[in-house]
Amino acid sequence: MKIAADRDVCIGAGMCVMNAEAVFDQDDDGIVLVLVEEPDAADEAAAREAVSLCPSGALRVIG
Amino acid sequence: MTQAPPVPPLHMRRDRFDPAAELAEVREGEGIRRVETMFGVPAWLIARHDDVREVLGDATRFSNAGGLALRMPGDTRTEEEKRRAMAGQMLAADPPDHTRLRRFLTPEFTVRRMKRLEPRIVEIVDEHLDAMEAAGSPADLVPSFALPIPSLVICELLGVPYADRAEFQHRTGRQLDLSIPMDERIALQRESRAYMDRLVAGAKADPGEDMLGMLVREHGAEMSDDELAGIASLLLIAGHETTSNMLGLGTLALLRHPDQLATVRDDPSTVDPAVEELMRWLSIVHTGVARTTTTEVELAGRTIPAGETILCALPAANRDPAHVEHPDVLDVSRGAMGHLAFGHGVHHCLGAPLARMEMRIAFPALLRRFPDLALAVPIEDVPFRAFHFVYGLHSLPVTW
Repeated sequence: MKIAADRDVCIGAGMCVMNAEAVFDQDDDGIVLVLVEEPDAADEAAAREAVSLCPSGALRVIG
Repeated sequence: MTQAPPVPPLHMRRDRFDPAAELAEVREGEGIRRVETMFGVPAWLIARHDDVREVLGDATRFSNAGGLALRMPGDTRTEEEKRRAMAGQMLAADPPDHTRLRRFLTPEFTVRRMKRLEPRIVEIVDEHLDAMEAAGSPADLVPSFALPIPSLVICELLGVPYADRAEFQHRTGRQLDLSIPMDERIALQRESRAYMDRLVAGAKADPGEDMLGMLVREHGAEMSDDELAGIASLLLIAGHETTSNMLGLGTLALLRHPDQLATVRDDPSTVDPAVEELMRWLSIVHTGVARTTTTEVELAGRTIPAGETILCALPAANRDPAHVEHPDVLDVSRGAMGHLAFGHGVHHCLGAPLARMEMRIAFPALLRRFPDLALAVPIEDVPFRAFHFVYGLHSLPVTW
């Protein structure tokens, strides 16, 4: 499982950080940073949840 | 003069904590219904979770810039006034204009930024609980707790003198009360606009460390004064009317569910899910901003032409059994994000991290300070705000 983020689409809602803080962060402008592109098993469920809840649709799971 | 109708329009109709049974009928039945609005135009009301998520998630086919608020019957504002009033109103803008405005503010609402605010919010909550305790039981929880806490937080954050709060609290509350005659609401809107213009002029002359100062310093050259006033006004209204009603209505919901109240009071690990569940179960924003179709769309099995108004029934969508099991039961232990109470899509509530932080601090602090908190009147006598853009309580008499 690999995570991709479209920083142009991101609205800085921060839901990803709240759901999976080991995987996501926000830069100083509030825009998403993917800390771990391929989350390990322990973080996979939270990362998937973050992707499905992202309000702006900026996150994707590849593969 | 508009007379208040005896019953609110369908999209605002509630039975205390629950969306009206008729809204559930729309959701379980045809899924979409032609309804009358208070805006003088008919609309399509949708009530299923998936349909609402689809509409809110697609700013291309469903526009926020339809300007329904500009078509209110009895609106005496000039075109120039309306144009100025819409500047900076992110909720009435589509991308890319919306994206540009929102990005000015996102640094101020990051998860990390909210964590830095936490100690100050704790302090504000404690001060209000001290004052309640000193004044003694009984009390009205709305003016002593639910309203002033979010109010003080947003005032400090934005850079609005707290001394002015009574004045604009009164104004914003009445501006959003749809039972108040239009001419009075327009007059209030003009007063609050004049207030905001003065505030922006002050921030431009001497930008402080607050959000208005930041906007002036960092983006002053990219924004018009009208946009600054519009953004400030939106944040101020949103900061007042939403979290305060969640604190009031949420406390009443917990008082009616004593076992769950005890859990939230005694077990810190239940607070976060409890906040999400209260948000879902109460869904205080009836529909948010109406959307306008920009093209012919398929929605809930119907073909809707371009230029039509869509209302999303958030309380009904958040009680959709296709999305949550036993959705009408308040169960603080299951709370998860994924409800639509903060909206969805590019207009997802900018202040959501702040609102969550305020609720996560305020609910348990209140319940721990007053473990014997109880409703001081029969539930029948608690006044719910039936006609307000944001649902909630006019007052909440409590004892301890």
